[in-house]
Amino acid sequence: MINPREYIEPGSSWPLGHAVPDQPATHTVKLNINGQDVHLKIEPWVSLLDALREYIGLTGTKKGCDHGQCGACTVLVDGKRINSCLTLAVMKQGCEITTIEGLAKGDELHPMQEAFVEHDAYQCGYCTPGQICSAIGLINEGIANTRDEISELMSGNICRCGAYPHILDAIEQVKGVAGHE
Amino acid sequence: MSLLQKLGVSAENLAPEITGKYIGKPISRVDGRAKVTGNAKYAAEFNIGTGILYGYVISSPIAKGKITAVNARQALSQKGVLNVFTHENVPGLAWFDRSYQDQDAPPGGSPFRPLQSDEILFSQQPIALVIAETFELARYASTLVHFEYEVKEELNVGLELNLYKAKKPKKHRFPVPKPRGDAEKALAGSVVKIEEAYYHGYEHHNPMEMFASTVIYGDDDRLTIYDKTQGVLNSQSYVKSVFGLSEDEARVISPFMGGGFGAGLRPQYQLYMAVLASLELKRSVKVVLTRQQMFSFGHRPATLQKISLGASAEGKLQAVINRCYSETSTFEEYTENVVNWSGQMYQCDNVMLDHKLVPLDLFTPLDMRAPGGVTGMYALEVAIDELAVKAGIDPLEFRLLNYAEKDQNLDKPFSSKELRECYRQGAERFGWNKRNPEAGATLEGNNLVGWGVATGCWEANQMPSRAKAMLSADGKLTVSSATADIGTGTYTVMTQVAAETLGVAMEDVLFKLGDSVLPMSPLQGGSWTMATVGSAVKLVCDQLKAKLFKMAKKVENSPFGNSKEEDVVFADRCISLKEDAQQYLTFTEIMRKSKVNYIEEDTTSLPNMLEQNEYSRFTHSAVFVEVKVDQDLGTVHVSRVVNAVAAGRIINTKTSRSQVLGGIVWGISMALHEDTVMDDNFGRFMNTNLAEYHVPVNADINDIDVIFVEEHDDIVNPLGVKGLGEIGIVGVAAAISNAVYHATGKRVRDLPIQLDKLL
Repeated sequence: MINPREYIEPGSSWPLGHAVPDQPATHTVKLNINGQDVHLKIEPWVSLLDALREYIGLTGTKKGCDHGQCGACTVLVDGKRINSCLTLAVMKQGCEITTIEGLAKGDELHPMQEAFVEHDAYQCGYCTPGQICSAIGLINEGIANTRDEISELMSGNICRCGAYPHILDAIEQVKGVAGHE
Repeated sequence: MSLLQKLGVSAENLAPEITGKYIGKPISRVDGRAKVTGNAKYAAEFNIGTGILYGYVISSPIAKGKITAVNARQALSQKGVLNVFTHENVPGLAWFDRSYQDQDAPPGGSPFRPLQSDEILFSQQPIALVIAETFELARYASTLVHFEYEVKEELNVGLELNLYKAKKPKKHRFPVPKPRGDAEKALAGSVVKIEEAYYHGYEHHNPMEMFASTVIYGDDDRLTIYDKTQGVLNSQSYVKSVFGLSEDEARVISPFMGGGFGAGLRPQYQLYMAVLASLELKRSVKVVLTRQQMFSFGHRPATLQKISLGASAEGKLQAVINRCYSETSTFEEYTENVVNWSGQMYQCDNVMLDHKLVPLDLFTPLDMRAPGGVTGMYALEVAIDELAVKAGIDPLEFRLLNYAEKDQNLDKPFSSKELRECYRQGAERFGWNKRNPEAGATLEGNNLVGWGVATGCWEANQMPSRAKAMLSADGKLTVSSATADIGTGTYTVMTQVAAETLGVAMEDVLFKLGDSVLPMSPLQGGSWTMATVGSAVKLVCDQLKAKLFKMAKKVENSPFGNSKEEDVVFADRCISLKEDAQQYLTFTEIMRKSKVNYIEEDTTSLPNMLEQNEYSRFTHSAVFVEVKVDQDLGTVHVSRVVNAVAAGRIINTKTSRSQVLGGIVWGISMALHEDTVMDDNFGRFMNTNLAEYHVPVNADINDIDVIFVEEHDDIVNPLGVKGLGEIGIVGVAAAISNAVYHATGKRVRDLPIQLDKLL
């Protein structure tokens, strides 16, 4: 969301401000997250990202811009990668939502998680959950075959630490193994 | 003196070669699992669902003037909005400037005090904090707070527009060397010369994690503060002095940081805001900035360098002049080391350096990855390339011809300098000898291909630090220091050093950091953490060894009755005789027999200044770059980079490679992408988001090769390490600029090199 303050003329008010009712308008929203049903009482304008982080406490999904510009908030919805900051939680009822917390099976990491550790495909780790979810979504899509294609289709996930070559190494390793199965 | 002597002992204790079970190995991060599972917790991710309040910051839409009226009535009428803090209702806080000066504050300034005045000093200045029960409500209520302003028309923004106001800073953090020889005269007498100006604009750090502080208000009125910072002790002392709290009343914790790059060297204003609201409301409060607000504080300053170089017909450098102008704010004088590199990198007897500041109506600039170094080395290394071209000498050969065997700025030898070897190995890997000497003459399809080289350099400093170590009878070792891991791998490398030193497995070591209750450590910055905290960890583990060995000798029937520490080996949780490995005691046996459950040491490690001051201590690198420039569109792609780095001992080849790699990506970013664009009429940055403030994405990065050149240095610190946080970025932008020239025959002297500059 654009910060409305930046567009306010002194003394005037932000027009959308008055379109929002004063009283809370909470709904009960049922989300299926990592195989579990979660019931939330939230307003319809709560993003999926904020629902995960602030209402459910699944903080593995990161907020990097809240604008769909960085990819840190990437989660899998019915196997497809999406920016959870550009999605309202209420819209994803009845979908299977998978976050970074839902990838490992007990102590056993998902192969993509293993590969990220092995290839040091991160530094600060903040974009990492988004990168991993995006990489799994990319493999599900099945359209990226070369290193260049993977690179192009991973370009929605910014890594400010600049771990890109290592991220590609990790994805190629997982893809390679998957391809031989 | 006694501490210095202590350090002397520690340097002696260190075998010239630390034989590596762990050190020097490509070891995966010990915190890797936490990072890939989402369990690593960052500043905004604590105490969710405990009724914590949300703060939303309102930023000023004007750059200069006064707030004449505030009306928060409508916002406060919303159910669930608790308060709106503005300059009208913020309580009296610390009075003196020094209370607001943190460890990285420019000396002698008046740090910005949020919400304490109606005056607007810069655009996006925080002017209010809205506190509500949910994030959505706080954000919505922020749109209901009305401000009226008196806008000051006379606005000073734009470095070049305000050059006439340039002045010498009262105190330069890195004193500019006095002139040597007569540079003007030598320049006039030079056969080959260039006189050019080099510029880069404002850049913002933009770590992926936005600045956040979570303040937990305890039952005992004490605060536990989770802050995004590169130094918990810096945040703690700031909060203590501004809000008049004691050490016990404000504990600062930061186990993980989603990138810093210098942005976290000073406490950012969300910390002040969250603490303020928490103390006033006696509730727990969380404040997270927006991505737009990440452009509202310190940044790399726009800098202009006017450089003149002169050389003989044979290509010997005879004159170096660098006159630098960089911006600062109206309330602090921010300085960085931009020009000194020009007097240090190459052998030259006639040098004149100068650095002036231009105060603008912006926030104070802030150290950003290799502050000053990337700026100064960019300009110098492009200028050297230009001079080499004019002299008709290969740019690599030109650098070797003028190689500095000693640091002429300081008139001191280098503690170590394997730069020649960097040039050699880098050139070989890159294939430099196949370079076409002619510019603009290599075509591949529709792309002009160019090769460029540049040198990198950064300080190899060691600071004082403390560390504590505790070995328990079950053989588990806990080591701690209040340092940070901003993605650099601190957790991992300190675990390696501790395990290696004491002879235990890495799995048995827990390294703790990022908590203000831990032993003192400086800010994580300046590439000094490995040297500083690493030396402290090594020292404390050495002391623990000595203690344990002393105990082992006293144990009944000890096999070490007459042995000295150098006669034994610490390995696999045992002490054994070098001569006879069958003669051993396990750590557990020693402690059980001595009837103790654990042993502990707490120590201070100080740099051996007496020795270090005899030398000039730097890391060096040679960067080789290939670019492809579309001859119709002017788009530049960096197709290949080889960066050969001499940085002393490498502790972890895996995380080190990542650091240098990241630095190179930053260099590519600086050369081709990053630029915060100022609207000179309104004094506001126009591209305050990640779609318009360009940083490289995956597809922008191609083949990158990192070489670590072997370098031995027993002066810099007991570990012989030099640090890697900055060196990777330095020189990259110059190498790219030089490659673009080689590809196109066009010399671009302001960054970033965007396509309009090549068409």
